[in-house]
Amino acid sequence: MFEFRMPSLGADMEAGTLVEWQIAPGQEVKRGQVVAVVETQKGAVDVEIWQDGTTEQLVVQPGQKVPVGAVLALLRAPGEAPGAAPIAAAAPVMAAPAPAPAATAPAVSAPPAGAPRHKISPSARKLAEELGIDPASVQPVAADGVITREDIERAAQRRKGAEPKPAADWHVQMRAAIAAAMSKSKREIPHYYLATEIDVTPAMDWLAQENLRRDVSARLLAAVPLMKAVALALREVPGLNGFWTGGAFQPAPAVHLGMAIAMRGGGLVAPAIHDADRKSLDQLMAALRDLIDRVRGGRLKSSEMADPTVTLTSLGDQGVETVYGVIYPPQVAIIGLGRITERPRVEQGKIVARKVLTTTLAADHRASDGHRGALFLAALDRLLQQPERL
Amino acid sequence: MNAATTATRTTYREALRMALREALARDPRVFLMGEDVGRYGGTYAVSKDLLEEFGEERIRDTPLSESAFVGAGIGAALAGMRPIVEIMTVNFSLLALDQIMNNAATIRHMSGGQFSIPLVIRMATGGGRQLAAQHSHSLEGWYAHIPGLRIVTPATLEDARGMLWTALQDPDPVLMFENALLYNLEGELAADAGAVDIDRAAVRRGGSDVTLITYGGSLGKTLQAAETLAQEGIHAEVIDLRTLRPLDDATIMASVAKTHRAVIVDEGWKSGSLAAEIMARIMEQAFYELDAPVARVCSAEVPVPYAKHLEDAALPQVPAIVEAAKKVARGHV
Repeated sequence: MFEFRMPSLGADMEAGTLVEWQIAPGQEVKRGQVVAVVETQKGAVDVEIWQDGTTEQLVVQPGQKVPVGAVLALLRAPGEAPGAAPIAAAAPVMAAPAPAPAATAPAVSAPPAGAPRHKISPSARKLAEELGIDPASVQPVAADGVITREDIERAAQRRKGAEPKPAADWHVQMRAAIAAAMSKSKREIPHYYLATEIDVTPAMDWLAQENLRRDVSARLLAAVPLMKAVALALREVPGLNGFWTGGAFQPAPAVHLGMAIAMRGGGLVAPAIHDADRKSLDQLMAALRDLIDRVRGGRLKSSEMADPTVTLTSLGDQGVETVYGVIYPPQVAIIGLGRITERPRVEQGKIVARKVLTTTLAADHRASDGHRGALFLAALDRLLQQPERL
Repeated sequence: MNAATTATRTTYREALRMALREALARDPRVFLMGEDVGRYGGTYAVSKDLLEEFGEERIRDTPLSESAFVGAGIGAALAGMRPIVEIMTVNFSLLALDQIMNNAATIRHMSGGQFSIPLVIRMATGGGRQLAAQHSHSLEGWYAHIPGLRIVTPATLEDARGMLWTALQDPDPVLMFENALLYNLEGELAADAGAVDIDRAAVRRGGSDVTLITYGGSLGKTLQAAETLAQEGIHAEVIDLRTLRPLDDATIMASVAKTHRAVIVDEGWKSGSLAAEIMARIMEQAFYELDAPVARVCSAEVPVPYAKHLEDAALPQVPAIVEAAKKVARGHV
C-alpha cells in the first residue's frame, strides 16, 4: 500500500483544492498517468502519479482543499492483495467540501463497474453537460433519487458561490502567488546580473536555411535553437541549474527548462520543458507549442509546474533589448533573452552588420559567483556559433 | 373595431349555428344533411330553425342509416357540392366507418389526385351526460389515425364559430368533433368573429413549469386545473390541440422545451390513443428536453358507465389533472 499525496506544484504552493478524480477505486494506474485535477493559485493542474498501482481508496473528495503533502488516495502496489488497507486518517480538510467540482473540463466520470446507474432526466443530463457539471456529484432533492434540471441548476449555483469568481478572483489569486514568490526572491536571494551581446547571425542564418527546406508546419521558431543552446550550456556549466534548499545548493540531475509564458488576460507561469538538453530541435518545438497551448487553455501537468530547474524568459517579441530577471525560488538562475537586432559591429577592423541578441543572466550569489555566470554566457555564445550542432 | 365593445354573450351551440348559417348563405353548394337536422332542429338543436330559413333542399333529414347518408355526402362532394353531414354521435359514426375510411379518406389517393372529397362531417363526442356506453365515447383519436382525413375539435366559442368555414374550403374530408358537454358553454363572442385557421394548436394559458396538452371537452377542465395549480405555485401552460390530424408538433415541442414537463389530458382511452401518439412524438422530438416522464390523464379503460358516480370516476376530472401535473412538476412544489 502506498499513499498518493497532494503534490507541491511550485515552491509557493501551500494547499490545493481537489477538483476532480480521474480514477476510481479498483482502477489500475500507470506511472505518469494523470489521476486528478487540482486547483492552485495558478489555475487547474493535471496531477500525475509516479508509481504503478491499483486504486484502493480515494481519501479526499472533490471540492476539498488540503495542504501540500496531505494523503489524497491510497493505492495498492502491483501484486499486493486488496482489502488490507490501513485506513489513513483523512487529510485535514481546510475548507468545507464544495458541493460540486469545478469543471475545468466537463469530464464524464464513468461510474465504477457495478455501481448503480444514476437516474437523471434527459433534460438534466443535457444541462449538466452544458454547464460542465458531473451528474454523479449532484445530490437529488427528490426522494425518488431522480436528478432533475433543478438539481443541476442548484449545483451550478452552488459551484458559482463556492468557487472564486472565475475571471476576476482568479487573476487576483495569481497576482498574489506571483507577488509572494517574487517578494521572497528579492527578499532572500542576492541576485547578481551579467549581460552579454551574442552574435546570433550564424544561428539565424542557419535557421532561415533550415526553415526554407521545411514544411510551413514543421518550421522552427527562433526561440527553439536558443532554448537548446541554453540547456546545453547549463549542462556544461553546473551551478546554475538546481535549487537552493536548506542553506545549500542542490544541483539538479537534469535540465528542466522553465519557460516563462505570459497568460492571456494577465499573469505568468513558467512550466517545465523536461530534459530540454536532450531533446532534438523538433521535439523542443513540439513541446513548446504544446506547452503554450495548454498554458492558454489552463491545463498544465503537475510535473510541469513542480519540476523546472531553471527559468528562461524572453521578452524580445515585445521589443525589449535587455531583460533583468528575478529568480523564481528555490531556483538559482534565470536567463533572459532580449530582441534580436541588426547592429554595426567591428570585426577585424571592418564595420559589419550583424544580428545581435542581448542575453542576461540573473543568478543567486549564494549558489554561484559571477565567474561561473560568465562561463555560462561564454558557453552559450560558443554553442550558438555552431547552430547545426544543436 | 374593438371586438370587446361589440362582443355578444352566446353559446357554443349558437356559435355553431352562426357558422352553419354563414356557410349556407355564402356558398350555394353547401347543404346540411343528417338525422333530425331539419324538422327537429338537430339532436343538440344546432340546426334549429335552419329548415325554415334555407328550405328542404339544403337542410335534409335522412333515414337512420349512417352509412347511406355519409355515402351520399361523399357522392355529393365528388359531384361538386360542399356537403355538411351531421352524425348524431361518434359511436354511431362507426356504422359509416367504411364510407369514411374506405371512400372519403382514400379516393384522392386511389384516383391519383383526380377526385377530391370536400366533405365536412360534424359529430358529437364525449361522455358526461349519463347516456351510457353506446353514446358516450371519445373516438376522435381513432379517426386521427387515418391518413386522408383532417380532424378538428373546436373547444371554444371562437373555434365553434370559425372552424366550419375553413373546413369547407379544404378540398379533402374534414371531421369536426363537438364535445356534447360544450353545447351549453356560454361566453363572449366578438360580433365580427369569423373563420379561423385549422392548422395550429393554441396556447390557451401561458406557463413555465409544466405543459398540459388537451383538446375539445377536456380544455375547460384543464384550464380549471391550471388555475388550481397556479394557486399552489405551479405555472402550467395549457395547449389546445384544436386539430388532431395533422398534429401541430412545433407548438407542442416549443412548449415542452420551455417547461420540460408534459401531461396529456385526453378523454379517449389510453391504449393506442392520441395521448399515446403525442407522448411518442415528444419522445422522438424532445427527449432531451424532458425533466420527468410524460404523464397522461385519460378515461378509465372501461365502456363509459351509465351511473353518474361511475361515469364521473371514469372520465378525466380536474383533481386528477392537478394531481398528475403536481407529480410531474414536483420539483416546483
